[in-house]
Amino acid sequence: MQLTVWTYEGPPHVGAMRIATAMTGVHYVLHAPQGDTYADLLFTMIERRDARPPVTYTSFQARDLGTDTADLFKRAAREAFERFRPEAMLVGSSCTAELIQDDPGGLARALDLPVPVVALELPAYQRKENWGAAETLYHLVRACAPAPDAVDKPADGVPRCNLLGATALGFRHRDDVREIERLVKQLGVQVNVIAPLGARPTDLARIPAADFNVVLYPEIAGTTAKWLERAYGQPATTVVPIGVGATEAFVDEVAALAGVDPKAARADGTARLPWYSRSVDSTYLTGKRVFVFGDATHAVAAARVARDEFAFEVVGLGTYAREQAREVRAAAKEMGLEALVTDDYLDVERQIADLQPELVLGTQMERHVAKRLGIPCAVISAPVHVQDFPARYAPQMGFEGANVLFDTWVHPLMMGLEEHLLTMFREDFEFHDDAGASHLAKSRSAGATADAPSAAGEDAVVAVAAAPEGDPLWSDDAEKELKKIPFFVRPKARRNAERYAAERGVATITVETLYDAKAHYGR
Amino acid sequence: MTAVATRTGDPATCDAPEIRVERGQREVFCGLTGIIWLHRKIQDAFFLVVGSRTCAHLMQSAAGVMIFAEPRFATAIMEERDLAGMADQNEELDRIVERLLERRPDIKLLFLVGSCPSEIIKLDLSRAAERLSTRHLPDVRVLNYSGSGIETTFTQGEDRCLAALVPEMPAARDDVPRLLVAGALADVVEDQLLRTFEALGLGPVDVLPPRRAGALPPVGRNTRVLLAQPFLAETARALERRGARHLPAPFPVGVEGTRGWLEAAAAAFGIAAERVAAVTESGRARAATALAHYRDELAGKRVFFFPDSQLELPLARFLARELGMIPVEVGTPYLHRGHLADELALLPRETVLVEGQDVDRQLERCRAAAPDLVVCGLGLANPLEAEGVTTKWSIELLFTPLQGFEQAGDLAELFARPLRRRARLKV
Repeated sequence: MQLTVWTYEGPPHVGAMRIATAMTGVHYVLHAPQGDTYADLLFTMIERRDARPPVTYTSFQARDLGTDTADLFKRAAREAFERFRPEAMLVGSSCTAELIQDDPGGLARALDLPVPVVALELPAYQRKENWGAAETLYHLVRACAPAPDAVDKPADGVPRCNLLGATALGFRHRDDVREIERLVKQLGVQVNVIAPLGARPTDLARIPAADFNVVLYPEIAGTTAKWLERAYGQPATTVVPIGVGATEAFVDEVAALAGVDPKAARADGTARLPWYSRSVDSTYLTGKRVFVFGDATHAVAAARVARDEFAFEVVGLGTYAREQAREVRAAAKEMGLEALVTDDYLDVERQIADLQPELVLGTQMERHVAKRLGIPCAVISAPVHVQDFPARYAPQMGFEGANVLFDTWVHPLMMGLEEHLLTMFREDFEFHDDAGASHLAKSRSAGATADAPSAAGEDAVVAVAAAPEGDPLWSDDAEKELKKIPFFVRPKARRNAERYAAERGVATITVETLYDAKAHYGR
Repeated sequence: MTAVATRTGDPATCDAPEIRVERGQREVFCGLTGIIWLHRKIQDAFFLVVGSRTCAHLMQSAAGVMIFAEPRFATAIMEERDLAGMADQNEELDRIVERLLERRPDIKLLFLVGSCPSEIIKLDLSRAAERLSTRHLPDVRVLNYSGSGIETTFTQGEDRCLAALVPEMPAARDDVPRLLVAGALADVVEDQLLRTFEALGLGPVDVLPPRRAGALPPVGRNTRVLLAQPFLAETARALERRGARHLPAPFPVGVEGTRGWLEAAAAAFGIAAERVAAVTESGRARAATALAHYRDELAGKRVFFFPDSQLELPLARFLARELGMIPVEVGTPYLHRGHLADELALLPRETVLVEGQDVDRQLERCRAAAPDLVVCGLGLANPLEAEGVTTKWSIELLFTPLQGFEQAGDLAELFARPLRRRARLKV
């Protein structure tokens, strides 16, 4: 058993729902008890979808057990088919139904429906959401694709690719697809099929007709792309175009696969990040200490972009995606770090509290942690929140995506800097410590009281922040001086002074010690 | 998938609307969701769900939309090795509880909450709770109940939780009649109602659940139970087993419901209805003023309820009788004929009452009925809005203080706002 407060990923059948919901003409019959319908709200509320996910839940109850749950499944599948007339059907079990072993695949086959029926085996007690999405896409493509000798490839000499991996409830998938489609079109490459987002089963059948595949999110499209390569000899891209450098490398890779000149897309001219990063007012970004956490693709990309395109110092890198831990470990090693691979958000919180970064690039979970710790944060990866589906166009990928990264990552820091300038005038009646930073709404005074009743996360933080016994004491003067330091570097200054004093056996920290430590650790 | 029409058998309610029973796909939360308000209500209790990743994901998805503070709940996620017998589940559970209590020394009451998977594999949480209680008392008491979706729907989770508390309640020692108000209410509402009882000279009054686990009220044969919520079938049964007597009453929603509810308690304590009328006069007058603002807006509007919290009947009764709305169909996951007898009698006879759910059929009926306002869960609201239907999230009705005279206007506002918004929007 694993003790969990918040989870980074849902169960694997939610991954399957993300595929079904992304597509048109697919219906998923899920053998599940009534409560499992909560998953609908992920799509209707968080993503604000205007239609119900195409999922029928059998809603079995305790009184059905041992009598007719299999029958209930068959009836639900038949009625769902009649009502929704899908072009392909997915059938499977949620965690509870997995235990009663009704075999939805076999039951659905017995119905002899006139459309492809894909039976999903998604072990709920071993696997998670992204894996479930990857498996579902793979099995669905396999079920719809023609035999290799029956593939109808157009002979017009126009290079064609598929864009694979964008799903419902994906972090900025909606906009990434549009940005990358624009990019490959600039190269004169035609987009054959985008899947699963917006595709029909008949579109999946056309996938093998393309020359190669663009794997947007390896977590989701990796399995499918590998199979397509084996079965149809379609090569796949390996670069994920997040950041300017990676987008250029991606353009080169696509151009090479398509046999075209990359110039058209490289000189695209929409990338503002390089100039914005070089412009003088970005100087203050230099060496900002950032902590990066997310799914493997976004975490690795963000760490690289942070280092190479923002001149930040990456002080921590991690992922909750154990399946892709190797990539993250390699990327961390290259940066002289040890990757944090965990799906326990308390571990992540502990590391953030230890490292005291100046910026956190993480998921919604880290956003909460950063808020509690008073550290600026930008969200770079799923799990998603309603805020991650902005009304405006906001891709993460491609040149426009890099522009979005610049704005989203710099904004919380810039606000922090302004607060810093304001706090120079400490006695101002509006700008005092208790007022808190306006951009970290309620994170200090109000937030602190709201979260106060001995919350789990708070405890963990307090435990970390509390000084171990035998630590140096602070003189009143030093405490006062410390308060003059801007709030967002104050914890670091305190920590440094304490460490400096402890290492030198200084019993009381004075104003002198504070500045000694500053000189000692200053960069 | 199946629909059976039944007429309530009791001749006293033969004027009450007909109740259809429907079975099919449900679009409701399971009982685990009750933890989201219960963990805020009983402030030194912790809820440990023994379940799957789905349970944890449900809790955070449902809570994520609704609360932002740190939770006093968690999930012990069962993994393959637990199910394959490679790990002793009881040892695993003990280990997790140890870790939890170490980190949270403020916990005085720990609920082990059963889920669909734990029920299916027949993990005996009552024995686990007993074992853990023995180990951790007097610091921590460990209890268990099931919030599984195969047995409980949404608010029934609270019912099971309160029912689990009943055997722990001390026996009432004297022969003084006591009033016990059962059902979690927002603190502000609870305080208002308690003040009213005090003004009536009615007491002693206890509440279940108490705000602190150590303050469980006594129960005995002189206890009179007044239900504050319509979903407490098991709790009432458990209290009755301890000798308490249930006071039939409408629920304290709206002016009429609140008055009837107070009168039922007053009558049981020998206090005249005139006294209730006098004590509640100013409250009723304020409620009337507040409701008057909304009557023009809401009167004649047709409302359709999808099943959610079992609060549907009292709400429909309030909307019909105090605001002149027309309940077209009122769906409810479960309908306790006994506890809701007063509500059934007050509902307009032509109201279609549906117990249970077959969501696709219900959506068809809803579209055909073309109501002015649909009260439904989060999975249905946006899709219906996209079809041009005005909706009210039912979940908010459970998280907003709405009982009592002072909240009647707020309650009306919840139904009026979506309609007003739609009328204002020019996009």
